[in-house]
Amino acid sequence: MSGARAVLDRLGRRPAPLAWLALAALLSLALSLALGSVAIAPGELAAVLTGEGEALHRTLVLELRLPRSLAAFGTGALLALAGALMQVLLRNPLADPYVLGLSGGASVAALAAMLAGLGAALVGGAAFAGALVSTLIVFGLAHGTGSWTPTRLLLTGVVMAAGWGAVITFLLAVSPVERLPGMLYWLMGDLAYAGTPWPVLTVAVLALVVVLPLGRTLNVLARGGLQAAALGVAVRPLEWTLYLLASLLTAVAVTTAGSIGFVGLMVPHMLRLRLGNDQRRVLPASLLAGGILLTLADTLARTLIAPQQLPVGVITALLGVPSFLYLLYRSR
Amino acid sequence: MAALATHRLLIDVPGRADGRPLDLRLAPGERWGVLGPNGAGKTTLLHTLAGLRPPRSGEVHLEGRALSGWRRRALARRLGVVFQERHDDFPATVRETALIGRHPFLSPWQQEGPEDHARAEAALSRLDLSHLAERELATLSGGERQRVSLATVLTQAPAVWLADEPTNHLDLHHQVAVMGLLAEQAEGGGAVMMCLHDLNLAARWCSHLLLLYPDGEACWGPAEAMLAPAALERLYDQALTRVEVDGAPVFVPRC
Repeated sequence: MSGARAVLDRLGRRPAPLAWLALAALLSLALSLALGSVAIAPGELAAVLTGEGEALHRTLVLELRLPRSLAAFGTGALLALAGALMQVLLRNPLADPYVLGLSGGASVAALAAMLAGLGAALVGGAAFAGALVSTLIVFGLAHGTGSWTPTRLLLTGVVMAAGWGAVITFLLAVSPVERLPGMLYWLMGDLAYAGTPWPVLTVAVLALVVVLPLGRTLNVLARGGLQAAALGVAVRPLEWTLYLLASLLTAVAVTTAGSIGFVGLMVPHMLRLRLGNDQRRVLPASLLAGGILLTLADTLARTLIAPQQLPVGVITALLGVPSFLYLLYRSR
Repeated sequence: MAALATHRLLIDVPGRADGRPLDLRLAPGERWGVLGPNGAGKTTLLHTLAGLRPPRSGEVHLEGRALSGWRRRALARRLGVVFQERHDDFPATVRETALIGRHPFLSPWQQEGPEDHARAEAALSRLDLSHLAERELATLSGGERQRVSLATVLTQAPAVWLADEPTNHLDLHHQVAVMGLLAEQAEGGGAVMMCLHDLNLAARWCSHLLLLYPDGEACWGPAEAMLAPAALERLYDQALTRVEVDGAPVFVPRC
């Protein structure tokens, strides 16, 4: 743990924590390309990436591992960024898109599609629609007939998430046994069927372009809606933007890799413990660190008990819980 | 022209009758105190004047233009609010908190520059906070946190100050220092309105007073005219004795 702490110390105190994270991101991607059923030495990996090396290795790295690694990186980046945005929106450091029932809605729709025997593309589409429907229900109900407050939104989301949880259990209970493994893997996150990484990567870059100029405004919003309004922030349009953007990011991530919990909650919170709460740093750092975490977790998921694969959500939780608790314990 | 004026303004206190519409005119250089018992609507009035909540009826005008005609950002460059409640859910240092006062003056891509930092440092120094600049808000005492809120608005440097109990949690020395700061803002051409619970601070530092009664009744005017014991006793439902100290009235509650 002391090595990890030394790394994190440096992230927090050096002037360029983002540069360190970018370097770590490249290393994690390289690691995920090198490791697997066939391990590839660093020299050979460099050769493959520059267009040389053995044909077998080229196929393995460029056609099998690279798309999956990039999809893992992009999915983790989206989830962490969505979590960071939700936390500012709800002025609650412990909020994330999963707490708000977004993944629950996506899961119910995806499981229903699987139960109906639909193909992977339609399952993905159903997950996307489920996340957006859940978003609209939560936001609509939280608004209600009275005022719209972060507490109300959080409570509505938590209750909706509990409801979705019950529906998920029901769907699992009535599903034929042969469909259960696929459903359970989807529920715990699985990058095996991610397909092309371009949707998540494109959305991640676009989201960063949208949120970076909002950084200082989000710092002000974190001080509360009234304070933000008094400092010139148009609070309501900003909150809608945040909610819709975070929902969209979650929906794209869930569509790519199923339901992976914890990244959105843990990554921004860990970064905040080390970097403070300047969103101009926390948001891009979340994007990178979320990508790193999921890339490493997916590498472990497909190598730990190879040729068997583990659901990646299990790894993120097993990695994340102890390091999160440790950082929380260390913080004053 | 008044810096801030209200026209037949009724604040919206839920479940309360309309009461008397307010026609206030805050001119530059004036220091208004708002007095009233708990729940009389002092904070609601301040938030309504800042455009943070809609009035039941009537209008608020800043520099002769209705608040609805102002963009929030332009408004925030002229009007600052010291809140009574604050939300420190996320970690932040004292310096960062003072610096957010510059937010309305910066474009989205702009970083805070040397001038912004200089303003924040000057505000921190003015409120005796320089030695705490790197401290986390969560580690501050109530009075220190209150001074940070004032430092944020001082960094914002608005022409109109709306301060909700600016002396909350402050020790005697800092109470006087903060009232001096607000008086200085008024002398520099600003208009100040503050909710106060301390009659004696109001009597000593305010040029005008607005008395808000719990039923929505109100009266206002120059301070010396408003400091009539009978009106104040009715306001607080509390017997008072008035004495003179150094030529200023001092009110002491009678048991």
